[in-house]
Amino acid sequence: MPEHVAEQFEDIGKQAHAARLAMWIFVGSEALFFSGLFALYAAYRCEHPWGFGVGVEDNTVAWGSINTLILVVSSYVLTLAVRALRHDKPRASALLIGVTMLLGMAFAFIKVGEWLHHFGDGLYPGGWGHFYEEPGHGDPGTKMFFTLYYCMTGLHEVHIVVGLLVLGFLLYKVLRRQIGSWAPHPLEVGAIYWHFVDMVWLFLWPLFYLMPGAVGR
Amino acid sequence: MTTIDVGILPVPHEEAPRQESYLNIAYTVKSWALTTDHKRIGVMFLFATSFMLALGGAFALLLRIEHLTPGMTIMDAYTYNRMFTMHGIVMVWLFMIPSIPSAFGNFFVPIMIGAKDVAFPRLNLLSFYIYLVGALWVIVALWMGGVDTGWTFYTPYSAHSPSAVVPAVLGIFILGWSTIVTGINLIVTTHTMRAKGVGWFKMPLFVWTTYGVSIIQTLATPVLALSLCVVGLDHWFDWGLFDAARGGDPVLYQHLFWFYSHPAVYIMILPAMGVISEVVCTFSHKNIASYKAIVYSTLGIAFVGFTTWGHHMFVAGMSVFDADIFGITSMLVAIFSAIKVFTWTLTMRKGSIVLRTPLLYFFAFLFLFVFGGMTGVAVATQALDVHWTDTYFVVAHFHFIMVGGTLTAWLAALHYWFPKMTGRMYPERAGYVGATLVFAGFFMTFFPQFLLGNAGMPRRYYYYDPVFQPLHVVSTVGSWILGFAFIWTLGYLIVACFNGPRAGNNPWDSRSYEWYTTSPPPKHNFVEEPHFVLDPYDYTVPAEKMHA
Amino acid sequence: MNNLLRGWLNLPPQASTYAQDVDLLHYFVITSTMLGSVFVFLLAVYYVFRYRQRAPRATTPRVKTSAPLEFLIIGGLQTLFLGFWVVGASMYNHMQTPPSDAMPIYVTAKQWMWKFSYPDGRASMDVLTVPVNRPVKLIMTSRDVIHSFYVPAFRMKHDVVPGRYYTAWFQANTPGVYDVECAEYCGVSHSRMLGKVQVLTQDDYTHWLEGHPVPTAEGLIGATATSGGDLAKTGRAVAARRGCFNCHTIDGQPHIGPSWAGLYDSYVKVDGGRVVYADEAYLTRSMMDPQADVVLGYKPVMPTYRGILQEPEVAALVEFIRSIQTQPFPPSVTLPRVEPLGSGQPQEPKP
Repeated sequence: MPEHVAEQFEDIGKQAHAARLAMWIFVGSEALFFSGLFALYAAYRCEHPWGFGVGVEDNTVAWGSINTLILVVSSYVLTLAVRALRHDKPRASALLIGVTMLLGMAFAFIKVGEWLHHFGDGLYPGGWGHFYEEPGHGDPGTKMFFTLYYCMTGLHEVHIVVGLLVLGFLLYKVLRRQIGSWAPHPLEVGAIYWHFVDMVWLFLWPLFYLMPGAVGR
Repeated sequence: MTTIDVGILPVPHEEAPRQESYLNIAYTVKSWALTTDHKRIGVMFLFATSFMLALGGAFALLLRIEHLTPGMTIMDAYTYNRMFTMHGIVMVWLFMIPSIPSAFGNFFVPIMIGAKDVAFPRLNLLSFYIYLVGALWVIVALWMGGVDTGWTFYTPYSAHSPSAVVPAVLGIFILGWSTIVTGINLIVTTHTMRAKGVGWFKMPLFVWTTYGVSIIQTLATPVLALSLCVVGLDHWFDWGLFDAARGGDPVLYQHLFWFYSHPAVYIMILPAMGVISEVVCTFSHKNIASYKAIVYSTLGIAFVGFTTWGHHMFVAGMSVFDADIFGITSMLVAIFSAIKVFTWTLTMRKGSIVLRTPLLYFFAFLFLFVFGGMTGVAVATQALDVHWTDTYFVVAHFHFIMVGGTLTAWLAALHYWFPKMTGRMYPERAGYVGATLVFAGFFMTFFPQFLLGNAGMPRRYYYYDPVFQPLHVVSTVGSWILGFAFIWTLGYLIVACFNGPRAGNNPWDSRSYEWYTTSPPPKHNFVEEPHFVLDPYDYTVPAEKMHA
Repeated sequence: MNNLLRGWLNLPPQASTYAQDVDLLHYFVITSTMLGSVFVFLLAVYYVFRYRQRAPRATTPRVKTSAPLEFLIIGGLQTLFLGFWVVGASMYNHMQTPPSDAMPIYVTAKQWMWKFSYPDGRASMDVLTVPVNRPVKLIMTSRDVIHSFYVPAFRMKHDVVPGRYYTAWFQANTPGVYDVECAEYCGVSHSRMLGKVQVLTQDDYTHWLEGHPVPTAEGLIGATATSGGDLAKTGRAVAARRGCFNCHTIDGQPHIGPSWAGLYDSYVKVDGGRVVYADEAYLTRSMMDPQADVVLGYKPVMPTYRGILQEPEVAALVEFIRSIQTQPFPPSVTLPRVEPLGSGQPQEPKP
């Protein structure tokens, strides 16, 4: 059924405003959800600057950076999709949503690939695995680095999957003409969520791939 | 001149027409299970949270029976440790946090702002089912023998405890989502659905406190969700995020946990304060002594409350400098509650006071909350907290606030809004007896615990030094009076649901906005588009002016 | 007056030097706040009578509370609360800062017992023996979960955390036996993790040090086992056994790591420009988290000893390092100086 005004709202404009406000507040709460892990990262990095550096070096910068590029491009493509829908171009919009989803799936696969590669090296979360018994890898900070790496990229991956499901659902609605230029706000609201997931990655990337270790504080 | 019936007098039974309301519009189970009516959802939350109160209360009574003697009385140490933990988990997350916002907030906020429903009614229903799923997992944990870590789940013990940690944290994690969804719904509702004429500074104060609570809930609960997620990972997979041998820091868990849990205590008290504002003004028939003071102190508690968490950790190994900072912020947050207390008290001056059961509960609240709050200022004093932390003094302090504060306000709300929600009146004398028994039973249970804490009895102790026995016995007898008071109250309220005299639209002669509509309200809250001519605390004119 | 209030409030004896100060602040805070509460409540009761409804449906005036009154109440209360903070914070600072001449005793908490190691090498379980009128500092860690060392009579409490060493102190002022309780939930026998502090007169303490059991009001308790000799001497043996001397000297010569001679109670410049005070916390942290504060001019090659060193060994090492604070050992051989850090590249630590 096409998106219509629900009975508790006066008009579609108010409904759209309420939906956007709700999504921004939700994104705020999600940011706080991640913030606990960022706080752990910050505290543990201060306690183990050298061990964290070892971890950063072991991660492959190339894959991390490719993933960053993929997500940034996907966010841009999604903004084009929203614009197309507002300008009453549902087919273009659907195509662009599809491209966003493909990019998101590529990110997801690369991430899983990186994890599997680490498992191959005997590098598991919680300090388990023979990787940590090799010379130079035994510092407790390195163990904590990778535990946090799995936690934070894992949590992020869950959000990517949820985002893909949301985009898929919105794609379906666009194709069935249930949302369109008269009520583009569901897609706008979904896009806010996807952009948020992208933003989180922009913080994970330097923390886990770029920042070198240090000695002392 | 025709007199307008403002609905203060009870409706004589033979005259009562069968008016259509949210209650009788449909009777099927499906009409309740799939409802999107915020009033029905509020009622369902009320029943669910009341059940949890009874469960947590049963645990409390059993714990107190155990403490009649220093050694084993009716249970062993394993059972005792699990029972005090489950008492805490059920009371905090399954009762205290949702009790007022999800039940009364859901029911009354849309009416008080002249709206037909909340911003997202289906999401509202979803938040109820999420609550049930979370509650179910906590029950699963209970069925699997319970958890014994204390409701605070401190690491490293919680990572290794041989008890049902994972189902319990999963349940609380899910309950957190119910809280967040309700919070978002109420914030957006308050922002976008106020009727014409209902400005931010012209709405009932209960809406303000629900709004403040929703902000705290939405921001703080995710941090708890994360901390418990990590405890779950540590317990299930042994990831050692707080294990010193793997680079972790056990005290860091405490920082994460209390960053949420200190604002959580404000989540638990702010809605109660909203109820009190309404009750004091209605039963004094008087405007609030300072509307802005209540609003700004609500926002002050909401924001400054986020800066005080370290006062739970004064002996946990933080530096003196950090402790000093948390000491100051704790003293700063205290003043906001004091502002409210003075405002409520001064409201009664030059009023026209009627001492009904809700106001009697206000008096219980006033005495117990102030007493408890002052002991809060005392434990915030660092040097004194070294002796008191982790003893019965703190247990007494927070029960004075949670039970003496929030629970008495919940009982006040139950009585105050009973006629509006059910269309019937409860028996007043039974209410007086109940309120007196609640106050007496509560004080007898918890005041001795201050003295136990002063003497050095730690909390979460199964065995205690026999010299403490007399105080424990007094406390246990008090718990029986308190338990009986609840059963008494539940009893007459249930009877009144079916047999009470029919109430008019405004039996209390209040000016707040929910009293503009019928008792009980119709499905869309108002028969016609509401037009609130007066501000909600304008008692300078008679009630007829509400409908001019 | 002190004893009267102490009795009413059910407080234990004031057996440490700061206990009475804590109690005096307690009396002041509780009395002023209780008086305030009673005042508010009586005012409310007065209003209920004075302003009771006299006619049904009576209206009331709109009263605006005077702003000066509001500010006076708020300002007055906030000043009182901040006053509590000023006194409480400075007292807390005193309670958390051991005097420099405090006698160290090493405490290890374990489910569900307390172990004490004394500087003279002896050890005891659950009974801590200290002399009266001497400051004592407890250097504490846990073997498993978080515990909390609580002596109500001293008004002293501090959490005991695994993987960390925390210091708490007291000075007992009255001989006697006082309860020790664990104040952080630690498992099924948490309420049975009890101990005693035995405070002896100077004479009795000397007697005890010589190895004689001491009669106390509760009978003979705290018969201790000696580990054979000076804790500091034990520490030297531990250092040799654990390979510390591969990198650290005790004669003042810098080697792969800084020398231990003169280290304790000094100020050390660490990488990054900060200066840290070398107390027990610094020494134990250096053993557990060596990368946290690397001394300026040295490579970050020290491995962690967490999980390797047992708690009594840590205690012994700390005692040994304290013992060569002012009297380093004479050098037996001149060691080559290792190049100080140049480019700042992290190095591989030796296994």
